[in-house]
Amino acid sequence: MAPLTPAVPAAAVPAAAPPAGRQGRARRVRVWRGVVLAAAALYFLTPLITSFVFTVNDPVRGFTLDAYLEIFSAEGFVQSLLLSLGLAAATIVVVLLLTLPAMLAVRLSAPRLRPVLEVICTLPLVVPPITFVAGISTVLRWGPDHLAATPFYQTIIAVQNPAFPAVLVIAYVVLALPFVYRSLDAGLGAIDVRTLVEAARNCGASWPHVLLRVIIPNLRAGLASASFLTLALVLGEYTVARLLGYQPFPVWIVTISGSNAAMSVAVSIFSLLFAWLLLLVLSTAGTRKRSGS
Amino acid sequence: MAETHPAAPAGLPVRTGGGNRPRSTGWTGALPLLAFVALAFGIPTVALLGGAFTADGAPSTANLTASLQGAYLTALIGSVKLSAVVAIGGAVAGTFLAQAVVTSRFRALREAVLTASGVLANFGGVPLAFAWTATLGNSGVLTTRLALGEHGWSLYSFWGLALVYLYFSVPLMVLVVVPALDGLRPQWREAAQNNGASAWQFWRYVGIPVLTPSLLGGVVLLFGGAFAAYATAAAMVGTVVPLVTLQIADALTGNVLIGHENVALALSFDMIMVAGLVMAVYLPLQRRSARWLR
Repeated sequence: MAPLTPAVPAAAVPAAAPPAGRQGRARRVRVWRGVVLAAAALYFLTPLITSFVFTVNDPVRGFTLDAYLEIFSAEGFVQSLLLSLGLAAATIVVVLLLTLPAMLAVRLSAPRLRPVLEVICTLPLVVPPITFVAGISTVLRWGPDHLAATPFYQTIIAVQNPAFPAVLVIAYVVLALPFVYRSLDAGLGAIDVRTLVEAARNCGASWPHVLLRVIIPNLRAGLASASFLTLALVLGEYTVARLLGYQPFPVWIVTISGSNAAMSVAVSIFSLLFAWLLLLVLSTAGTRKRSGS
Repeated sequence: MAETHPAAPAGLPVRTGGGNRPRSTGWTGALPLLAFVALAFGIPTVALLGGAFTADGAPSTANLTASLQGAYLTALIGSVKLSAVVAIGGAVAGTFLAQAVVTSRFRALREAVLTASGVLANFGGVPLAFAWTATLGNSGVLTTRLALGEHGWSLYSFWGLALVYLYFSVPLMVLVVVPALDGLRPQWREAAQNNGASAWQFWRYVGIPVLTPSLLGGVVLLFGGAFAAYATAAAMVGTVVPLVTLQIADALTGNVLIGHENVALALSFDMIMVAGLVMAVYLPLQRRSARWLR
């Protein structure tokens, strides 16, 4: 994209209501903007379109939708999808229950804690997931080695229950912290929390009332985007699950890709469309409620 | 959420009439989070550090030395190079795209691009790898239609991987930089124009300096994302391109010489060091940009 360099200086002008004589520049700006957007559209749409073509185009039989029809009857599909959705729901609940009180406390009464919280919620970005897994698997290996005689052993066994591996929820909550922190921070920054809380308290509202009827409704957009980002993260998470030996959705896709390439691509498209749909629902819900209140 | 209830009144000067209660009561709401992070994040980190500096049951730096030699070093350098290319390329492309969107008069376009960016920035991992394999892989649609294979094209290479990584890096950059571009006040541009500045001068002396922290912050974020990426590379190239994440995964799943089990942990430690260095640049920058853009 190097040849597009002049676009930045020029593109800014229209927003400033160009005076007469700048119209040539305005036209050039429009052209550059068109080029940038067209290039972006080409780059981002091509893989989506061609992978769809890939799934419906059988070299021998021509057009076929088999790849999509086979998904639902494929072995392990429902199971792995349900596992991923369950993990996502648990992660969202836990991460919001942990972060929201902490962020409110920081805003209302402990501003000095803000840098600490910021660092804690940025750490998972610094520590790559794969190193995090390396640490977790080391801890889990302690179980049989050192802790067999202690009550911790039962805990370690319990969090690794293959039916619902809580250890994944713990890991995902940590991984989701940066995203949730940012969404909620943006949401809280957009409302004057202190004034709202003081006003509500002065009018005699109890604390649960303040939280449920004042803070949370005003935070809907932030909570929605935090939940969505967490959901997207959990549904797409491969590293942790794979290296700890579980089989949620993304791991399952890789497992079947060896035997059925077309179907694995079909499922990939499916998961993207699903994420897209989810985001659209959440973002429209968020804006509608915001404008309604 | 009950934790906040006793905590918050202490910080409301109106209600407490002076705030001379001990400040620590205000921390109660944050305690569950702090405790959780200490457990879920602290213990694995300590285990990792302990393991990285232990060989044959005794403290040693042998693992670390091994992790900085031979194939491991190649992988580490490969990862850093790939991440740098993706970070800079993604930042430049993402900024142009964001600027094109921000200055557009079509609100729908802006919403669409931001929504799409939100999705695509998280579209890393396995589905991304398969979508690109289907497009430009050895039997991909474009590869076979355009006979790219005969021209020496291979997706399973350094540049192929960079192309794929940009797919989630550019949208991430858009998400990072759009608020910063929105924060450029029209008044600043008007003031510059009234003083006779050209568009170029405006950007050179006002726009870019104000944006620099966000831009560099974006570069760092993209670097971190590409550096840490494992799923895409694993599902796409196997071990053709040497990357440190692939080496760690290999070592963790047992493909390693006897006595080198802890090398995975040492490699992880190397990764954290690189990522930590990069973050040390990012945090002060973000604080600086926040000063202007609020």
